Amino acid sequence: MTTKIVIGLDGTETGERAIAFAKDLAKRIGTCDLLVAYVIEWSPYTFQTPEENALRHKRREEEIDLATTRIVTPAVDALKTAGFEAHGIVRHGDVAETLNAITVEQGGSQIVVGRASADGFKKRLFGSSTQNLVMHADVPVTVVN
Amino acid sequence: MKMLKQLGLPAAIAAFTASAAAAQEAPGLDDKINQAFADLTGPFVSFIFAPFPGTGFPWIVGWLVIAATVFTLYFAFVQLRFFSHAISLVKGDYSDPNDAGEVSHFQALATALSGTVGLGNIAGVAVAVGIGGPGATFWMIVAGLLGMASKFTECTLGVKYRNEYDDGTVSGGPMYYMSKGFDELGLPGGKILAILFSIFCILGALGGGNMFQANQAHQQIAGITGDYPGWITGLVFAVIVFMVIVGGLKSIARVTEKVVPFMGVMYVAAALVIIIMHADQIGWAFGQIFAGAFTGLGVAGGMVGALIQGFRRAAFSNEAGVGSAAIAHSAVRTKEPITEGFVSLLEPFIDTVVICTMTALVIIITQQLIVDPDTGKYMLNEAGNAIATVDGNSGVSLTSAAFGSAFSWFPYVLAIAVVLFAFSTMISWSYYGLKAWTYLFGEGHTKELVFKVIFCIFVVIGAAANLGPVIDFSDAAIFAMAVVNVFALYFLMKVVRQELASYASRLKSGEIRKFGH
Repeated sequence: MTTKIVIGLDGTETGERAIAFAKDLAKRIGTCDLLVAYVIEWSPYTFQTPEENALRHKRREEEIDLATTRIVTPAVDALKTAGFEAHGIVRHGDVAETLNAITVEQGGSQIVVGRASADGFKKRLFGSSTQNLVMHADVPVTVVN
Repeated sequence: MKMLKQLGLPAAIAAFTASAAAAQEAPGLDDKINQAFADLTGPFVSFIFAPFPGTGFPWIVGWLVIAATVFTLYFAFVQLRFFSHAISLVKGDYSDPNDAGEVSHFQALATALSGTVGLGNIAGVAVAVGIGGPGATFWMIVAGLLGMASKFTECTLGVKYRNEYDDGTVSGGPMYYMSKGFDELGLPGGKILAILFSIFCILGALGGGNMFQANQAHQQIAGITGDYPGWITGLVFAVIVFMVIVGGLKSIARVTEKVVPFMGVMYVAAALVIIIMHADQIGWAFGQIFAGAFTGLGVAGGMVGALIQGFRRAAFSNEAGVGSAAIAHSAVRTKEPITEGFVSLLEPFIDTVVICTMTALVIIITQQLIVDPDTGKYMLNEAGNAIATVDGNSGVSLTSAAFGSAFSWFPYVLAIAVVLFAFSTMISWSYYGLKAWTYLFGEGHTKELVFKVIFCIFVVIGAAANLGPVIDFSDAAIFAMAVVNVFALYFLMKVVRQELASYASRLKSGEIRKFGH
């Protein structure tokens, strides 16, 4: 049976470390599928102007395109070149919730993320995405320093 | 709609009369322009705001209330049957996670609300209760509840017939459902209605959605800082509006869009605290509202006076039937246009049934309206045209005094809220006007820029000048939008009924179901 590992990227160098760790893990496990996920932080409860609403679909497509071409596809290509089975996914939403939802939906057995650096006040108030993921995920989470 | 709500037509007429009087004393260029404009537009304004013969009831208000009643009956009280479903939609229970990142139902509702909640809820209600007595509140709630069906109808059509362009942007609103919907049904004249609507929408956006707002914002700021030339406020506002709508400086708009709902919540919270502080009088206040609704409790015009004021302020406040909300809601990308209709019916509920009622209750419960201790009825002011109030307040100052009686600092917060509400209304109406403009002249950067620059120029004019006749005309243009829009809705409502029947059966069968979260 193939084990699926979800790698959560955030576009920083911590993601590189998460990929390196997942590669190492996959080698040890053997038959392993790596799913590279990037979540664009987004809330359905923010307030927008009418013009922003009208442009929203266009912006969403641009955001997905940017995340796919700049972050996810290069990572997936690199993994494939290194001989791994790899796929990519980009989605909008709350980072922790969405990463967990993707994992459950795709039958992932664990999540690997880099230790994200959230800005001070927000982190103190709500915790970082990584903290929230560790607290609420339905599968084991590995946080790579 | 925050224009007439603040001053009311009588005050606008008074402003016009004052400017006419000034013109007699020293006919400067401004006065000449005002007079010429008044002569030119007077018949149109008089027509729109004309009362039914033998009453003081403007026919345009009757037009909106009758339409709301027709839609309520035609859709078998959709506002009650689908109220909880509307809340589920806003909560995102039925949103596909794969669509995350698109405009949510909540965002569309919040955007549309920031265009309607404002001066009308603060000042318009004070005018209604001040003239029509507590009973006006009852009729205001009735009109708000009925108006939910009008919003449902127009917003469903707004999404159904919007234009989606190759680049992913959307344009929607009454002009699109008029032209495309009429064509689809094989009816003539849709294009003419759409053009007429667009013209009124542009005029309304420049006037009521812009000049009046700038004017009121200046009045509020000058009230705190002392009098100074209006063009200074106008210029500052114009620069900020320019940066937002032309310069694309979204941060200002984002801040406003965040602060405005916060102000709205704070306003309702303060009202609730005041009501709880006077908990022993809540029963009495509702007694006054019900008794006043049917007996008048001695107010000018009796029960009919209360009814006119309540209906009028609700219609002016929630914009149900005007068509502006259909433009705002059409940005949502949903597979089911009717879901946006359900969400939009919450707007008149929040705007009128909740917020306006809160204002009215605070004014009544803090006993701003003076009761004759001998008769138990309300005393009229010296002019005999409104209820006598503590310190003779009326309009926004009456609301301010009512809140100020509990929290002395609240009038300052209220003044800031009024300015911010005015700004958010300008941003909303700049978009409504732009959509009408591009419908008439076509999409394109230069064409859009022309409208945006014109819009900014009118901000300065609105804040600087005493433009009674222009404002009257602008308000008339907004209500003329309702004439054209409601007329079209009568022809298109059967399309909405088909959508409703299809959706309701799929909801019942479980084909449409909640997504697990």
